[in-house]
Amino acid sequence: MSLPTTTPAHSAELPPPPGRAPRSPSSFLVRASKWSRLDTKASPYIYIAPFFVIFGIFGLFPLIYTGYVALNDWEVGADTHTFVGLDNFVKILSDNYFWNAVFNTIGIFVVSTIPQLLLALMLANALNKRMRGRMWLRMGVLVPNITSVAAVAILFSQLFARDFGLINWLLHFVGVSPIDWQAHKWTAWLAISTMVDWRWMGYNALIYLAAMQSIPKDIYESAALDGASSRRQFWSITVPMLRPTIIFTVIISTIGGFQLYAEPLLFTGGASAFLGGTLRQSQTVTMYLMEQFYNKFEYGDMAAVAWLLFFLILVFSGVNYLITARLESSGKKRGGKK
Amino acid sequence: MTAVSVKRPPAPPAAKPRRRSRDVFQATPLTFVMLLATVVLSIFPLYYMIVVATREQGATSSVPPPLIPGSSLGDNIGRLLDNQNAAFMTGMVNSAIISLTLTVSVVFLSTLAGFAFAKLRFRGRNALMLSILVTMMVPAQLGVVPLYMMMAKLQWANHLPSVIIPFLVNGFGVFMMRQYVSQSVPDELIEAARVDGCNTFRIYWSVVLPALRPAIAVLALFTFMAQWNEFFWASLAMGDPSNPTVQISLQHLSTGYYNDYAQVFAGTLLSILPLLAAFILFGRQIIGGIMEGALKA
Repeated sequence: MSLPTTTPAHSAELPPPPGRAPRSPSSFLVRASKWSRLDTKASPYIYIAPFFVIFGIFGLFPLIYTGYVALNDWEVGADTHTFVGLDNFVKILSDNYFWNAVFNTIGIFVVSTIPQLLLALMLANALNKRMRGRMWLRMGVLVPNITSVAAVAILFSQLFARDFGLINWLLHFVGVSPIDWQAHKWTAWLAISTMVDWRWMGYNALIYLAAMQSIPKDIYESAALDGASSRRQFWSITVPMLRPTIIFTVIISTIGGFQLYAEPLLFTGGASAFLGGTLRQSQTVTMYLMEQFYNKFEYGDMAAVAWLLFFLILVFSGVNYLITARLESSGKKRGGKK
Repeated sequence: MTAVSVKRPPAPPAAKPRRRSRDVFQATPLTFVMLLATVVLSIFPLYYMIVVATREQGATSSVPPPLIPGSSLGDNIGRLLDNQNAAFMTGMVNSAIISLTLTVSVVFLSTLAGFAFAKLRFRGRNALMLSILVTMMVPAQLGVVPLYMMMAKLQWANHLPSVIIPFLVNGFGVFMMRQYVSQSVPDELIEAARVDGCNTFRIYWSVVLPALRPAIAVLALFTFMAQWNEFFWASLAMGDPSNPTVQISLQHLSTGYYNDYAQVFAGTLLSILPLLAAFILFGRQIIGGIMEGALKA
């Protein structure tokens, strides 16, 4: 992210385009050079204009306006709206269902992300070894990421079905009686986390793999000379060296995890889909946001929830950044002492 | 660890360190077996999708569950296409139009802006680039309410412009292309073209674009896949069951027809075919794109 402040500086020192001024005697060339001056002056702005026009209208304006909507009592389809100050926020923050949704979102995030990133690290470590068919194995673990969200959610809802689902069928071999995965908080969290992890583990593994390949090999060689086992090398060399990448994936997973929507929605299904089940077992904050639209027809409340969601993402990205940075540095210290 | 280099014997046999390095990175059979198991777990759910999509209606309601593909794929697709409530074909066509349009537009507008930010001199360049980076940090959900209100006002809701126009270009594409242009197009090349009398657009078209081909492939693939999979905004803006995107059509299908899994899975199978085709054709580029992106972040 520090790139934009550093890179433009060196390319700015271009020499002025040579050979234009001396050639001006004929009127054709004068006109041509006028055009070319206009071209160099205006072209950059014309080239970046589409982004700023599109973003200004459909990105920036809604972002600013959402603050205004959140301060109004504003029903879907209504012509008028009344200013109510922070009432919408007070209403949402005192709604137990909102806190239930926050709890579910954090719960699913923890249950899915921790094993996902740990498994991705180990998978990347394995993919980094020398072996036959490496490219095929990499493509194999990325396949889940290529499938579409709705397809994954529908597929896993069937695998986790109570009566004829494959997972309950497999579990009966070890003596577990059929589980109604949708009916309870923990089991619903587990099923949703499985979908998320199945889809994203390979992707994160490839990100780790890329970072692992840039660790100099002689560090491992000298560690091996010192007699460090490969497990020890993994925890004392690989993991500390991957620190920026691990922080990156944790932040990306936080942002994605807090916006979780399609998986729990389709897993719940039926009439109570937006509620995450009859007891709101798996309603996430984004589903709660949409509930304000589909069931309550309230733009004002929706906008307030959107702000709270943004705030939650900021807070949790910060918290997770601190936790990850801490874990890593304490791991490093322990590794260095021995 | 620093003691190692001191204690090392003065003249080690030349072959030894090499063999050691091979030992460190050589996969053990256990690693290989674990990897194979991971790949099997990654692919099995898709295989199961094919199994259900090709079996007769109601085959999933049997114990043990079916594990071998059947021959009813044609019937299942037939029921799917006749199903007026899911409008599956409309969804596929809509998603194809959306994804292809946005792929072309994102690639064109991102390379153009990326080129300007990387190689052209103009006032406010750094500040404008920084503002693009800031926009990338804000989650889409925050602006969703006013955006939907705009769509309703413009009468675009439930029509294709609502999912196309706001997404014609994005900060990620511009940033990616800016990085790539500044690395892979030398300033001398652009100066030479200018001396030869090329105008700026000609330089973009004939010098910059050809040099960007690998990056364009990656951006195009990612844009296509992201748009084909887009769910959150489409569920709001294209919520009308008669004119859905493919993901929304699948949602209607799965909530309304959960007892006919064969039909639903025929739909999910058809919906991932374009993605699988892209993966089979360009898998290497996709993997390269993910890994390169990771290094630049």
